[in-house]
Amino acid sequence: MVRKHHKFVMKETKKLLDKTGIEKALKRLAHEIVEKNKGTEQLVIIGIMTRGAHLAKRLVKAIAEIDGKQPPLGTLDITFYRDDLSMVAEQPIVRKTDLKFDISGKKVILVDDVLYTGRTVRAALTQLIDFGRPQFIQLAVLIDRGFRELPIRADFVGKNIPTAQKEIVEVKLQETDGVDEVVILEKENNQQIKE
Amino acid sequence: MNLLIKNGLVVDPLSAKAEVCDILIEKSNIAKIGKNLNSETKVIDASGKVILPGLIDMHAHLRVPGREDEETILTGSQAAVKGGFTTIMCMPNTNPRIDNASVVDLIKKEGDKTGLLDIIPVGAITKAQEGKELSELAELKDAGCLAVSEDGMSVENSHLLRCALEYSKMLGLLVISHCEEKSLSHGGLMHENLVSTRLGLRGIPDIAETIVLARDIELGRFTGSKIHIAHVSSARSVDLIKRAKDDGVDITAETCPHYIALNDEAVAAFNTNTKINPPLRTEKDRQRIVEAIKSGVIDCIATDHAPHNKAEKELEYNLAPFGTIGFETALSVAITALLENKIIDWIQLARLMSLNPAKRLGLKDKGFIKEGIEANLVIVDPRNEWVVQEEDIVSKSKNSVFMDRKLKGSVEITIYKGKVVFKR
Amino acid sequence: MPANNKTKWNRKDLLGLEDLARDEIELILDTADSFKEVLTREVKKVPTLRGKTVVLLFLEPSTRTRTSFELAAKRLSADTVSIASSSSSIVKGESLTDTAKNIEAMNIDAIVLRHSSEGSARMLSQQINAAVINAGDGCHEHPTQALLDIMTIREKKQAIDGLKVSIIGDISHSRVARSNIWGLKKLGAQVTVCGPATLMPRDIESLGVKVCYDINEAIKDADVVNVLRLQLERQKEHLLPSIREYIRLFGIDKERLSVAKKDVLILHPGPVNRGIELSVDVADSPEALILNQVTNGIAVRMAVLYLLCVQTGEK
Repeated sequence: MVRKHHKFVMKETKKLLDKTGIEKALKRLAHEIVEKNKGTEQLVIIGIMTRGAHLAKRLVKAIAEIDGKQPPLGTLDITFYRDDLSMVAEQPIVRKTDLKFDISGKKVILVDDVLYTGRTVRAALTQLIDFGRPQFIQLAVLIDRGFRELPIRADFVGKNIPTAQKEIVEVKLQETDGVDEVVILEKENNQQIKE
Repeated sequence: MNLLIKNGLVVDPLSAKAEVCDILIEKSNIAKIGKNLNSETKVIDASGKVILPGLIDMHAHLRVPGREDEETILTGSQAAVKGGFTTIMCMPNTNPRIDNASVVDLIKKEGDKTGLLDIIPVGAITKAQEGKELSELAELKDAGCLAVSEDGMSVENSHLLRCALEYSKMLGLLVISHCEEKSLSHGGLMHENLVSTRLGLRGIPDIAETIVLARDIELGRFTGSKIHIAHVSSARSVDLIKRAKDDGVDITAETCPHYIALNDEAVAAFNTNTKINPPLRTEKDRQRIVEAIKSGVIDCIATDHAPHNKAEKELEYNLAPFGTIGFETALSVAITALLENKIIDWIQLARLMSLNPAKRLGLKDKGFIKEGIEANLVIVDPRNEWVVQEEDIVSKSKNSVFMDRKLKGSVEITIYKGKVVFKR
Repeated sequence: MPANNKTKWNRKDLLGLEDLARDEIELILDTADSFKEVLTREVKKVPTLRGKTVVLLFLEPSTRTRTSFELAAKRLSADTVSIASSSSSIVKGESLTDTAKNIEAMNIDAIVLRHSSEGSARMLSQQINAAVINAGDGCHEHPTQALLDIMTIREKKQAIDGLKVSIIGDISHSRVARSNIWGLKKLGAQVTVCGPATLMPRDIESLGVKVCYDINEAIKDADVVNVLRLQLERQKEHLLPSIREYIRLFGIDKERLSVAKKDVLILHPGPVNRGIELSVDVADSPEALILNQVTNGIAVRMAVLYLLCVQTGEK
C-alpha cells in the first residue's frame, strides 16, 4: 500500500501482528510461492515502494533459504502511474524505480504490504507492462483488508483481516519505522479514509 | 460667492506663519483673515484641517492636443483640483507641440472653459522639438507662456541651447531643463544598479542625468539665464545643483513625489507603473533628495503627471511607455513621506508646493495666503488614511506608481478664485 | 535525496530561481533524477500527465529548448501545442496579453513561455490560471537551464556545496548566468563571473559572486566552468572591439584549460559558437558535458511539468 500522510488524529486500537507474526507470515508466503511455481526458475520478485520493497527483499532471502537460489529483486515507484494524483492530500514523494533486469518472459511476483482498493496494484501492473512482457504476474501481500474497488486479487496472502472503512491498517517495518508490527489505527470521528 | 472657512490651521509660507484662524472670502478674494469671524454666508468648518495656498504644479503633461485618449483638459483639470492644485503648467511634448501661439491659445481656451484652475502652457524650445531651430519664443511669451522647455528630452546641440537661454533671458522666460544624455540612456528601462542587474533589465545610469545637468549649469552660469531643473532624481544631481547655487548661478530645481517616496526596489515586480523617466533610483539617491528638500537645495515638488491609458501600460515592461500620473497623490505622498516623520513642516510644504513655484514663475499674488489677494486655497485633512485605488482615480488614465499603497492626508476642498472647485 | 523529504511543491508557476528556497530546488532535482530513469527504459513514457495540455509559446527563436520541453511533455503523456513566432512579427504587445486570454479560454494546463521581454513570464502568470513555466524572459531568468546545469554538476560531483563554479562570457545579457547564480548560491557554491568589463552588469558583486576579468584566474582551481554563448551583435553596440579580441582574451581552448583542475567540468548552454567561446577540440572533449546537459534538460523539464501540473489537494 502506498503510504500516505494521515491528516487526522489517529489512535492505535489493535495490534494484529508482532515481529514473530510477520516473520511467520513471510516464511509461509515464501513456501507458498515456491510450491505454487514449482521452484524459482525464471522467478523475479518486485516490491512496490516503500514497504512492499522492503518486504520483497525479506521475501527474496526467505525464498533463498527454502530453495537455495536467490531470485532477482526489483523495486517499483508507482507515483507516475497513479490514477489519483490530483486527489491525494499531499504531493507524493517521488523515488527511483530500480529494475535492472529484463522482465520479458519472466514469472513476476509483485509484492506489497497491504492490499486494499487495488489501485496501487493496478498502477504497478500498468508500469510493469511498460517494462516488458512477463510470462505472468502473481501478487503477494502481507495483509489483505478487503474493500476492493477494482477486480484485483492476491495470489498469496499473509493474513486476511476484516476491517471497517474508518480504520487504517499500518504495517511498520524495522527498516522504515524501527519496529516490526502491524496495527490498526482508527480516526477519531468516524470519517472514511480513502487510499 | 462668499465663503467663511472657520478654525482651520492657516499656513502662510510668505510670513512663515501657521495659525488657527478664520478666512472670509468675498466674491473671488480673501476679504479677511482673523479669529472668530462671522458672516451671513456659507460656512465651511475646517476644524482639525489645514489650509494651504492653492498648490502650483510646474510640471505636468495634459496630452492635449493629440492624445485626448490619455487625458483631456477637463479630466486633467478635475484630477488636478482633486489634488489641491489651482495652477498647473503643461509641457509642450504634445502633438502638435506647443511651439506656436495657436496651440497655446487652444489649451488656454479649453482651460478657461472648464474654469477649474489656471493652466499655463509651457512653450517648446525648438520647433516641433526637433532640436534644430528655435521656436518663436517671443510669440510664445506673448501668448501666455512663462517658461519654455524641451521636456521629454534635452536640447542636444549646446550652441542651440545657449541661444535659447540668452534669448529667454531677454524675454524673462524661465527655461526648464529635462536632463538626459540619450546615448547613455538609450534602451534603458530602469536605474542601472543592483536591481537592474538582478532583473536583467537594461539600465539608465545616473550619469545620463548628471552629464547634461552639468552642461546646463555651465550654460546657465555663462548666460546668466533663469534655469529650472526638472524632475531631479539622483544624489549626484543634488550635489551639482548645490554647488551651482553656492556659485551664484540663477538655478532652481524640482523633484517629484515618486523620487521622494520610492526607490528602484519598487520595479522588482515588473509593474509597468514603475517605469518612469528619469527612473526610480537607489535608496541612497532617495535619501539625498529628501535631504535636499529639507535643506532647500531642491525648491519645489512637481508632479510630472504623465497619463498613459491601460492598453499602453498593460504591455511587457520594455514596450510600455514611461510615466506615472501624479496630481491626485502628490500632496498625500508629501505628507506621508515628509511631514509624518517631521522632515519638514507645513510651512516648508507650502513653500515647496506653492510659494516657490509662484516666485520662480513670477506669478503675482500666488503661493501665499493674505488679505486682499485672490482666494486660491486647499483645505487638507492631515489625518485621513486612504489607499490609492483605480476606481477612485479621476484622471482619464489610471497609471499610478502609488496604486494600492496607503497614504496619509487628503484634499477635502479646493477653492479657486473664491469658488469651491473640488469637494471630497 | 528523497527519503523522508517533506518538501512540497506549492507554487503555481516556475518563473525563476531567485524566489525559490534551497529545498524547492533540491526537490526539482531529486524528481528529475527519477525521470531520468524513465528515459532509460524501452518505453520512455509514463502516463502521469495524460489528458493534460501543455502549450509551448515560444515568441523568441529557439529549437533546442522548445524541442526539449515538447519531448518532456510528451514523455509524460501530455498533449502539446506549439506556437512559435517572433514577438516582432505579431503586433507588439497585443501578442502576449491577447494570446494569454485566448489560451486561457481553451482550458489548458500549462504554458511554457519564451519571450524577449524581461518580466513577461510573470506578466503572463498573473493573467492566466494555468501554470506558467519561464523558458527564458529576455535577460532575466531561464530557470530550467540553470536546473539542468546544476543537475549535470551534481551527477559528477555529488554535492554543490563548496564547489567553485566560474561562469564565463557576456554576463550582463545572460539569463542563463543569472539563474545559475541564484541556483548555485542557494546550494552553497562559490561563483565567479568572468568576462569583458563592458559586458559585466553593474554591482553584481552584491549578489555574492566574485568578479574577474582574467580568464586564467577564473579557470584556475575551478571545479566547473560554464561558458556562455557570445551574441555576435554585441560588437555593433560598442561593447566589444572585435570577436577576434574576445577569443584572444576569453576563448577557451586546450591550452587555457591546462591550468584548470584535472577533473574540471565544462558546461555550455548551447548552441556553441565553435571556435569562439570554445575551441573545437574543447567542445568535443569528454570534459565538455554539453550532451549530458541535453539529456538532463528533458529530465528536469519533465520534473518541472510534473510538479506544476500535478497540483495535489482536495478538489
